[in-house]
Amino acid sequence: MAVLLTKDSKVICQGFTGAQGTFHSERAIEYNTNIVGGVTPEKGGTKHLGVPVFNTVEEAKKITGCNASGVFVPPPFAADAILEAVEAELELVVCITDGIPTSDMQRVRREIKGSKTRLVGPNCPGVLTPGVGKIGIIPGHICKPGRIGVVSRSGTLSYESAVQTAELGQSTIIGIGGDPVNGTNFVDALELFLDDPETDGIVLIGEIGGTAEIDGANFIKSWKNNKKPVAAFVAGAAAPKGRKLGHAGAIVNSGDETADAKKDALRSAGVEVADTITRIGDAMRKAMGV
Amino acid sequence: MDIHEYQAKQLLSKFGVNIPPGEVVYQTHEAENILSWLNEDKIVVKAQVHAGGRGKAGGVKVCEGDDEVVKTVDQMIGMNIVTPQTNENGKTVNRVYLEKAYNIQKEFYFCITVDRETGGNTIVYSKKGGVNIEEVAEKTPKEIYKLKISPGGDLLTHHARTIVYNLGLSGKTAKSAQKNILSIYKAFTSLDAALIEVNPFAVVENGEVVILDCKASFDDNALYRQRQVAEMKDENEYDPLELEAARHDLNYVKLDGNIGLMVNGAGLSMATMDIIKYYGGEAANFMDVAGAATPERVAAAFKLIYRDSDVKGILINIFGGMMRCNDIAEGLVNASKEVGLDKPLVVRLEGTNVEMGMEILKNSGFPIKPVETMEEAAKKVVEMVKEK
Repeated sequence: MAVLLTKDSKVICQGFTGAQGTFHSERAIEYNTNIVGGVTPEKGGTKHLGVPVFNTVEEAKKITGCNASGVFVPPPFAADAILEAVEAELELVVCITDGIPTSDMQRVRREIKGSKTRLVGPNCPGVLTPGVGKIGIIPGHICKPGRIGVVSRSGTLSYESAVQTAELGQSTIIGIGGDPVNGTNFVDALELFLDDPETDGIVLIGEIGGTAEIDGANFIKSWKNNKKPVAAFVAGAAAPKGRKLGHAGAIVNSGDETADAKKDALRSAGVEVADTITRIGDAMRKAMGV
Repeated sequence: MDIHEYQAKQLLSKFGVNIPPGEVVYQTHEAENILSWLNEDKIVVKAQVHAGGRGKAGGVKVCEGDDEVVKTVDQMIGMNIVTPQTNENGKTVNRVYLEKAYNIQKEFYFCITVDRETGGNTIVYSKKGGVNIEEVAEKTPKEIYKLKISPGGDLLTHHARTIVYNLGLSGKTAKSAQKNILSIYKAFTSLDAALIEVNPFAVVENGEVVILDCKASFDDNALYRQRQVAEMKDENEYDPLELEAARHDLNYVKLDGNIGLMVNGAGLSMATMDIIKYYGGEAANFMDVAGAATPERVAAAFKLIYRDSDVKGILINIFGGMMRCNDIAEGLVNASKEVGLDKPLVVRLEGTNVEMGMEILKNSGFPIKPVETMEEAAKKVVEMVKEK
């Protein structure tokens, strides 16, 4: 089954004919993703990469029956593109765009509440289910089909995790992104993996800033009969306080937001925490007893 | 992006927030003109630098009489301010703000910030203003109030009313405080702010409510549509290397250590800083070669790090994914020729054509050490820098 992106997913790309949309859709098609079309305003009725282009998401859905979208639209228009997919009631929207104004995402957060859509991102590498397909920019060749679910705020650290868990393989890799206001969080992803019969262990990669890792730790603590081994790493132990390091989210404010506080919370929830990112594979194997 | 106190006050005043009369000066002689215009008995002279804790560092002085003001301005301009929020070299004062000094009756703390937990904005406020708020939060957490606004929601009149009653205000002062709070919130949302912190939010003689100190920070992603804010950027507040990095679209932050880093991805960049610390070293910078790490970008980033005189050794950690490592290696060798590389350079590459990339680095004739894993890379660079 895997999670989010499955054999039943019919995927479109918003911002399909742009440079980024084209490049990464090509890679996704090579990876056998079921890309059924794309959306670029004013380009409707043409074909691109062998599939039809539509002016609107609504039209794309009517004709292709798509249920998932990857958003590669430039930052000033990206929040609107997400909301277009939400209104068309797509089940999954993965927004790759980096640099969306926070207040635009606050608006998205308000509108998406109670809708039929799950948003992943923005400012994320996307979602990849090995052997099934990918939405986003995660390199396909480093991922192997298997039973580890990976959820990460950072793109490159999710790649490190995939390489280090190669012999176990991955069920699905979810990059939730580093922005302060986003769609899917650790708790959501943990919930998905916990309920997925094809996932046996979970890798969680956090960062300084915010308290999403603490929420994740509290959620893991609440697991009773249905539980799965979790390994984690939190980046930013060496980051100076109050300085912003790249990811809009990675800024330390209160005590709960430091790498050490997050690692402690995860440890107290029974999670195997890696000292360095290079040991995340070992931590996962230790947690699983293999 | 951060702006100065006086700029924040100018912006807030456009939204109807009550600020003290004041003016900024860049040179001592300007202060004399300003004084005749300000016409106040007591003037507070404030150094304008992007760092908290100015008061204790001698950057805020209340003066009586024109002579004292001019003398203080003269001392402050060009002065170096070191506070817990600056690095050890401190910050040079280029601008000084003169404003009316009040007899303060009450000092509150008031702050609006984006809340990652709720996705909305949260207002933090306290009766205990005018002091270090972290200390209040630690010693008397009950004195800190939080009001969470739902994502995309507005601050409503009843919210503002609750705040002023919790601050213990009544009558005309309460009404005036309420109006100021609503105006600050309006400014926050209209200007795409990330943080507006007013400390103190004060009640002065005659029950007047006035914003005495203010810090504002804005969402970089929204600056394209906030021109008046973007134009307030003071380049003197940034490290020259950081400014150059920004021009190349590189994510760079100067740090205190001596190992220069070049990494792709913010997460991997932080994880690389972490592992260097784990092995006893310290990073000289955070550097995320965001987006595609093309040979040209890699070369530009490398030259930038190399120019930093604090850097005694360099670690390059690139997870190429779809990029070709041989291209990156060639970019690095060319950049090494240009700078005449004589600092230890450890390189870890992962991606397509790794072997080819490693061969190019090995045969370059420069002191470049290609390694296979991030673990080995971190150990090696810390060791090499210690030996030097």
